[in-house]
Amino acid sequence: MRIPCPICGERDSREFTYKGAAVAMQRPDPDAGAAAWDDYLHLRDNPAGETRELWYHGAGCTGWLVVTRNTLTHRILAAGLASELAR
Amino acid sequence: MPRLIAKSACDGLLPVTIGSVTLSEFSPDAITSLAPFNGRAAAVSGALKSAIGAGFPAANRCTGKAGARVAWSGIGQALVIGPRVEIDGAAMTDQTDAWACLALDGARAGEVLARLCPLDLRDSQFKTGHAARSLLGHMTGLFLRTGARRFELLVFRSMAQTAVHELTGAMTSVDAQA
Repeated sequence: MRIPCPICGERDSREFTYKGAAVAMQRPDPDAGAAAWDDYLHLRDNPAGETRELWYHGAGCTGWLVVTRNTLTHRILAAGLASELAR
Repeated sequence: MPRLIAKSACDGLLPVTIGSVTLSEFSPDAITSLAPFNGRAAAVSGALKSAIGAGFPAANRCTGKAGARVAWSGIGQALVIGPRVEIDGAAMTDQTDAWACLALDGARAGEVLARLCPLDLRDSQFKTGHAARSLLGHMTGLFLRTGARRFELLVFRSMAQTAVHELTGAMTSVDAQA
């Protein structure tokens, strides 16, 4: 599998570390309530299809990426820098 | 105070020539990590240029020439390899003794690296002046293309012996399949 890093170009997946669903970027307010925090910390979808996830390019530019991937085909549809997408 | 004897990272291991490829070590006077503060990138690049004649490199690139290079080493940071520098507006760390600096010379040097590294090292993709952080086997390293038949490679000093072992193994393998 190859991931198109927006800084380094297409690179081998060995250079990346998987973090999890990009849900981690939508952190609730501290006083959002137990239900919102339970959802944020523990509940994840398990989609058969497109999913957005965080990958760390540790053996490359050291950027955090948001990668859109199809779990059925492993096709990578998009990758962007988390620092830019979070703005 | 006893007289201390400086030993390079690959002391006693290099140079090694196998077939047409030579693996050797070089020892820059200094290696300094340079990370410009927010909004100071252009000023740092200018100061660097007037100090050593090489500006701050774009992503995955290297500026300067043998003896005074600046190699991109990640988002917002670069390594100054060669001269000792003091630049305003950037965070600097002396990393001279932290790296083992290797050079791979020969027409088949790229084939040797391709056995260990997932980068696309073809001439059309990884040209002279390109730089990339990637993997050498299981270890991270900084790869520089400094000539048509020359790659330079920086790995953590503690991994020097492993890097030499991996590279000489790949050199032997490439040479066996002439």
